[in-house]
Amino acid sequence: MKPGRFTYHAPRELGEALELLQEFGDDAKVLAGGQSLMPMLNFRLARVDHLIDINRLGGHLGEPRFDAGTITIPALVRQRQLERSEEAARVLPVLTEALRQVAHPQIRNRGTICGSLAHADPAAELPSVLSVLDATFTLVSARGTRTVAAADFFLFHLTTVLEPDEILLEVSVRRPPPNQFSAFQEFATRRGDFALAGVAALCEVDGDGVVTECRIAAAGVAPVPQRLHAVEGLVTGSRLGETSASEIADAARAEVEPTTDIHASATYRSRLTGVLVNRALVDIRTKQEAAHA
Amino acid sequence: MPDVDTGHRITGTVNGAAYDEVVDDRMTLADFLREKLRLTGTHLGCEHGVCGACTVIVDGAASRSCLMLAVQADGTAIETVEGLAEDGELNRLQAAFKKNHALQCGFCTSGFLMSVTAAMREGAIRDEGHAREVLSGNICRCTGYTGLVKAVLEAGE
Amino acid sequence: MTTMIGTSVPRREDERLLTGRGRYLDDLDLPDALAAAFLRSSNAHARILRIDLSAAKELPGVIAVFSGADLAEIQKPLAPKVLHPQLKDFPRLPMPPEELHYVGEPVAVVIAETRYIAEDALELIDVDYEVLPAVASTAAALEPDGPLAHSDAESNVAVLLTQSAGNTAEALRTAPNRLSEEFFVMRGGGHSMEPRAVAARYEPATGQLTIWDTTQSPHYARQQLSVIYEMAEDDIRVIAPPDVGGGFGPKAQFYGEEVVIPWVAKKLRRPVKWVEDRQENFVSAMMERSQTHRIEVGFDDDGMLLAVKDVIEHDQGAYCAGLQVPSITTATVPGPYRIPNIEIELRACYTNMVPTSSVRGAGRPQAVFAMERMMDRVAEHLGLDPAEVRFRNLIQADEFPYKVGITFRDGSPLTYDSGDFPRLLEGTLDRLGYAEARAEQAKLRAEGRYIGIGIAAYVEGCGLGPYEGAKVRLTNTGRVLVTLAAAGQGQGYETVYAQIASDGLGIAMDHIDVLTGDTSRIPFGQGTFASRITATAGPAVLDAAQQMRVRLVDTAANLLGCDPAEVGFTGDRACLNGDLEKSLSLLEIARVANIGKHGITLPVGISAGLETSSYFAPERAAYASGAHAAMVEVDPETGGIEILKYVIGHDCGNVINPKLVDGQVLGGFAHGLGNAMYEEAAYDAEGQPQATSYLDYSLVSAAEVPNVELFHIHSPSPLNPLGVKGAGEGGTIPAPATIANAVEDALRPLGARVNRAPVTPARIVEAIHGDEQALAEVRGS
Repeated sequence: MKPGRFTYHAPRELGEALELLQEFGDDAKVLAGGQSLMPMLNFRLARVDHLIDINRLGGHLGEPRFDAGTITIPALVRQRQLERSEEAARVLPVLTEALRQVAHPQIRNRGTICGSLAHADPAAELPSVLSVLDATFTLVSARGTRTVAAADFFLFHLTTVLEPDEILLEVSVRRPPPNQFSAFQEFATRRGDFALAGVAALCEVDGDGVVTECRIAAAGVAPVPQRLHAVEGLVTGSRLGETSASEIADAARAEVEPTTDIHASATYRSRLTGVLVNRALVDIRTKQEAAHA
Repeated sequence: MPDVDTGHRITGTVNGAAYDEVVDDRMTLADFLREKLRLTGTHLGCEHGVCGACTVIVDGAASRSCLMLAVQADGTAIETVEGLAEDGELNRLQAAFKKNHALQCGFCTSGFLMSVTAAMREGAIRDEGHAREVLSGNICRCTGYTGLVKAVLEAGE
Repeated sequence: MTTMIGTSVPRREDERLLTGRGRYLDDLDLPDALAAAFLRSSNAHARILRIDLSAAKELPGVIAVFSGADLAEIQKPLAPKVLHPQLKDFPRLPMPPEELHYVGEPVAVVIAETRYIAEDALELIDVDYEVLPAVASTAAALEPDGPLAHSDAESNVAVLLTQSAGNTAEALRTAPNRLSEEFFVMRGGGHSMEPRAVAARYEPATGQLTIWDTTQSPHYARQQLSVIYEMAEDDIRVIAPPDVGGGFGPKAQFYGEEVVIPWVAKKLRRPVKWVEDRQENFVSAMMERSQTHRIEVGFDDDGMLLAVKDVIEHDQGAYCAGLQVPSITTATVPGPYRIPNIEIELRACYTNMVPTSSVRGAGRPQAVFAMERMMDRVAEHLGLDPAEVRFRNLIQADEFPYKVGITFRDGSPLTYDSGDFPRLLEGTLDRLGYAEARAEQAKLRAEGRYIGIGIAAYVEGCGLGPYEGAKVRLTNTGRVLVTLAAAGQGQGYETVYAQIASDGLGIAMDHIDVLTGDTSRIPFGQGTFASRITATAGPAVLDAAQQMRVRLVDTAANLLGCDPAEVGFTGDRACLNGDLEKSLSLLEIARVANIGKHGITLPVGISAGLETSSYFAPERAAYASGAHAAMVEVDPETGGIEILKYVIGHDCGNVINPKLVDGQVLGGFAHGLGNAMYEEAAYDAEGQPQATSYLDYSLVSAAEVPNVELFHIHSPSPLNPLGVKGAGEGGTIPAPATIANAVEDALRPLGARVNRAPVTPARIVEAIHGDEQALAEVRGS
């Protein structure tokens, strides 16, 4: 399982990388962590004539930024780096929770957050988390910079709005307010496997304990992370725990249309989504009550 | 023999020893270690990052050498299984593996040793659950993991 | 001197394996070896209309490309390992020139400077296939007027065999109670961490081929090649490298690649090396796949078994590489129970998938699944405790040797040599805390939790013949060399056989070396499979070592001028009554008896050449046994299974190295757990493999394997002087049955049935909700 031939480039400056992509775009791929791309190259499922390694771009691209209103994760931030960041755990706990489920440390040491997002595997954890956080994606090319909302970034299995000459430069999320509580739940065959289904959820709860905002994104049940708007609608405006679990499960099951594959049937995945949504909401409620205590 | 149309000169260290080699664009780090440097202790079990037999430590981080290119090693410090023994004697972790029958065919062993070495640098192994979690990123088909768990608990105190 | 047999001696192999100095095939210094890559069929059933190798041949760095037609002289059938007179056999060619019968079958081979270039060349080979209908399950195989796996066949039946004892039809008809069920067991591949590999070098000056092969059976490979190449066996040397990264059955088979690579090396007059990658291993290494058991039991109101009838539909794959798996299944169904009437009907079918051959457990897990699930169903039907029902039917300790009434795969009547099944099961249940577990189950059930207890017992035929051998020689450096034909893949032969030799010789292990797996060093051998080596090579080593002791003692006595009874060994010195002043070293003995003095008459009474050999042919197979028990909790919402407790009771007779035996049992258990819950070699209706990487096919990690309480009892085998049996597969065999029994027990309040292995979360949820999918899948593939 050796990769096919390609020309390797290791630009030292972002501008250089963008020029290379402009020149070779259609026949090129960006290499960051390589934990998703290299297996595909080794299997020869993906073929490239030019591999643009961005790991040498270095500097600030490897450092997350925790600003007053925004948290920004640039292209070379490693999954393990953020997983072990105490500040990230405080500010974006749902991301930290999800990162712990991604594969194994050896993969997370090199895999990048932005790389996983750009790869867009429907069963991956990070796309659903950044969706539920309503992240903004910054795409850059020699032609300029543009931002895309999470809801618009993912198009299909392994397909995003990234043009061949673009790099996902960074993702940013609004710093969560203190009354936001979040949870990540997934069920996988084995520890570290892609989830049979996964749910990232967050709720903002007012002084009376009423949910003023609820966002739930499911992984592994659609070609892209799926926001469960019907469920969100059920939960918003009530207290946590007020809506019955069976009503929530039914709504979640009705809203998703997963596929059947060798691991699980569509029916199972639908049921599982309902179960995970409830477990996430229970977890959120526990956290909210603990904060209030 | 390398594909010689493009050559990249790479320098770095493996187990503290400097190397200076020319590699082509697509040679993997695993193949570089095995074929160029003849450090055959790192093994290839799947070439897609799951089995962990190829795990080495790159600049302090446990990494799948089958998912890295040799060119990416330029300027890095790599540690492989061949660098673990101390003055020709098994180190504490290796001795614990032997004592606890943590290996049978040995093919996965190098990868486990490197993964566990990296994990132990991050902190003590707290308990059996932690040991199993640390071990879960590598696959062994022979032992059923009991000996590995005991070895990690013993060495990871 | 301390007895070595029975001691947990630390392994000699470990030093090199822990320091990265193992010598697996791809590590061997073959700097001038060319690399090989195989083009493999992408269709399950197809004819090759046209194959164009020209572009591939022109790629820089490519030395040669061969299709099957280009190597017509070696396209001879690879014989099935286990035959039957009624087997309808289709020739399995090394690289078929015309018709292909499974995805992954070799079509062409590229020889190039590097594997990278060889794989580039594969992409340039152009093949026109005529795609033919494919058979992708035994159900489809047995469909009248359905597609044929081999287009020149009349049907897809490989063989129909019935084994019976008593009068089962009558006994079932008159039985007070009858239950029948259909079970489906899907297993998977061996998945040794090192895939297959073959390298070869031809020496024109001597006409000899040297072949390095990760095979578990070097002599078998040599014999096959000798016939196919029409070369004398002594001109072919097959060497299993000093280290092989796991075998588990698939490497015991004989493959087309093993014929092609050495032949090409000979043709090109260049050394060639092929190292299988994991993608190839998934599709072209032999595996076990599905069996459907339609089993019916008749029993009385006390749960005593009166009759068992099992109709087994077995997926043999595209060719019969040997009937060992289904014939072992057949003989394993009765298990440890007294069953007066048995009828087992085997329907082995051809399909267009990679041939079936033994994977650790070798057909036994499927049999145990069927029988042990039924034992639980019998108990449920009568409202009796499942452990009690088993105890009532177990063969007792005083009934050995016990003749079951049917034939085992070794050709002998199925006769259990020794064992104590009740004591084993009692021990397992005691350690589980069976009574307390049932009480705990009741309590937690009342709280709405789903707790289950599962039990499974089995008997395992092992230690198979025809024979295995050993040579013992005093080398000219004064060390004792034990040579085995057997090849190891991590079992610790270098240690274990030094232990046995040490006891036989009366000389410390430090002075003994063990060499394995090289056909040029010992002329006859069979191979490592079916948990047979300890029980066959063990006695051979013991005998050869004992013979050598006599030779050494006689020689030393002659040279020391004393009676042989006065000679003993201290270190490497033969001493008169323990006196080091009156002693000879092994080296000195070698100088006299081996090296001699040029042209000078040998001293009177000295026999020349200190070498002994022994071949042990067991009278019949030995039978190990075991009983597993598990306590699990099932999450009915996700279908997740948590194993709360798992106990293994094991009886493999006497044990040479207890720590290594434990390693075998626990390692086998992890594999069995994989079969119970995680591994599935899925193919679609067109015969396309669906799980072709570790992203889709799950091997258990340390996080999935629970702690196991393991204990042994020892019922020595009367069939060999060491009293040993086999230990390699016992951990695997009953695991799927144990887990399935436990899960169904947990779900009993919901009435959900587990009729299939592996039992996965998705299937559990479907069984609970009665989703149509679950019902449809029981027959599926």
